[in-house]
Amino acid sequence: MINLSEVKETNDMIQKENLDVRTITMGISLTDCIDSDTDRLCEGIYDKITDRAKDLVKTGESIEAEFGVPIVNKRISVTPIGLIGASACRTEEDFVKIAKTLDRAADATGVNFIGGFSALVAKGMTEKESLLIRSIPAALKETNRVMSSVVAASTRSGINMDAVRLMGQIILKTAEETKDNDSIGCTKLVVLCNAPDDNPFMAGALHGVTEGDTVINVGVSGPGVIKTALEKVRGADFETLCDTIKNTACKVTSVGELVAQETSKRLGVPFGVIDLSLAPTPAIGDSVADILQEIGLEYTGAPGTTAALALLNDQVKKGGVKAASYVGGLSGAFIPVSEDQGMIDSVNVGALTIEKLEAMTCVCSVGLDMIAIPGDTKATTISGILADEMALGMVNQKTTACRLIPVIGKGVGDEAEFGGLLGHAPIMPVNSFSCDAFVNREGRIPAPIHSFKN
Amino acid sequence: MKRAIITVVGHDSVGIIAKVCTYLADNNINILDISQTIVGGYFNMMMIADLSDKKKHFIEISEELEKLGEDIGVAIKIQREEIFDKMHRI
Repeated sequence: MINLSEVKETNDMIQKENLDVRTITMGISLTDCIDSDTDRLCEGIYDKITDRAKDLVKTGESIEAEFGVPIVNKRISVTPIGLIGASACRTEEDFVKIAKTLDRAADATGVNFIGGFSALVAKGMTEKESLLIRSIPAALKETNRVMSSVVAASTRSGINMDAVRLMGQIILKTAEETKDNDSIGCTKLVVLCNAPDDNPFMAGALHGVTEGDTVINVGVSGPGVIKTALEKVRGADFETLCDTIKNTACKVTSVGELVAQETSKRLGVPFGVIDLSLAPTPAIGDSVADILQEIGLEYTGAPGTTAALALLNDQVKKGGVKAASYVGGLSGAFIPVSEDQGMIDSVNVGALTIEKLEAMTCVCSVGLDMIAIPGDTKATTISGILADEMALGMVNQKTTACRLIPVIGKGVGDEAEFGGLLGHAPIMPVNSFSCDAFVNREGRIPAPIHSFKN
Repeated sequence: MKRAIITVVGHDSVGIIAKVCTYLADNNINILDISQTIVGGYFNMMMIADLSDKKKHFIEISEELEKLGEDIGVAIKIQREEIFDKMHRI
């Protein structure tokens, strides 16, 4: 029988160490909504989403109340709109219309974000996908809850440099369109390599074409719980360190598994995956950077950071798989800057640079995330950073992503304020040497060879 | 059997257990186990309760227990047992 100390341990995790389930994301296929008429398409999309997800928020809230564990976000992901809108959309405005429909559906169901305003263009881009990408700045300006992603590379097909070049311009234009709010549009736009079909986390959540009609994916969290557990083993050897992370990650994930199974059962929707993640928030004590510092670094970014993060990421997965029946999504430690107070502090003292963050993305989930850069950064420079991050994912056979925010009107020394879970971020300096001639080459970078690993 | 864990945390005073138990009895909730400690005047109690024949909806009970806690100056929380089982029993 459960005893008092076990109950206290669980409730301390929830109340003092910010244990929560970060998101329940319902994936909804929109393939049966495809139509050649934009109005009929939008109507079909709205009806399907509001039907499938009508009880999502309510169910999440009652599970939250019954188990006493916060479920921070309830969200929806849909089939990439680049595919769904291909038959109906003839102009950028048509795609914006779909974005507004998604926004209305999100509002009606009460979810805080809806992902899938996306294009899968790792190898090539159809004319309609190009239209969708060009509509992103207006779509993100005119909606509140829509998240957009562009998959521009994969290990199997290489890097679509035409898409990467275009995305440099689109990111800047999105920043310009939302410059009155510190270019917040860019916080809802991510460029990915090797995007998973079942990721519950935004901004990259989309319901892949390999998925069924409707599915429940759950993202867990709990950096504060790991940090507190590690405080008790200061100075211990690596074996103890790793065991502590592993055992704690197992406990954290077990809560996510329970919530996922319960949600799936109550909604009558199949359970997809648990995303074994350490997702920070700007709240004090909910930081991945703090864990790295507890492992033994003065600040995140100090020499040893990449090794410490590699260890952390691996142990989280090893502990998590024991507690979860199906694992997927982005699984790993997230290292967004604006959403993690420890990361922000490390940037402010000069310990953490974009280059070090880039190295860290080689060993963790996911990429250069929520990084504010000067508003006068050139589009080609942004494309260069995107290309570097895509290359890391492509060669290392992992998911990588870039969510960069060129904050219009601000430069190094300033700070951008996004509010809520998105947090605030110091503007980080960007290497300003030109990569114009590289980025302006047309075509794609071929897929890497899958042998001779060195 | 539908079981839940009720925790009561706060400064110790006369009649905490009596008041909680009265509420549970009124709502047809059977208590299976009680454990309690007091450290430095701080009251920490846990009950395992059987909710099979409860008179009200879980959420309603949860809200009323929270309110009762506020009245007597302690924090009362009710959670379904599965969350603890899942975390602590492999």
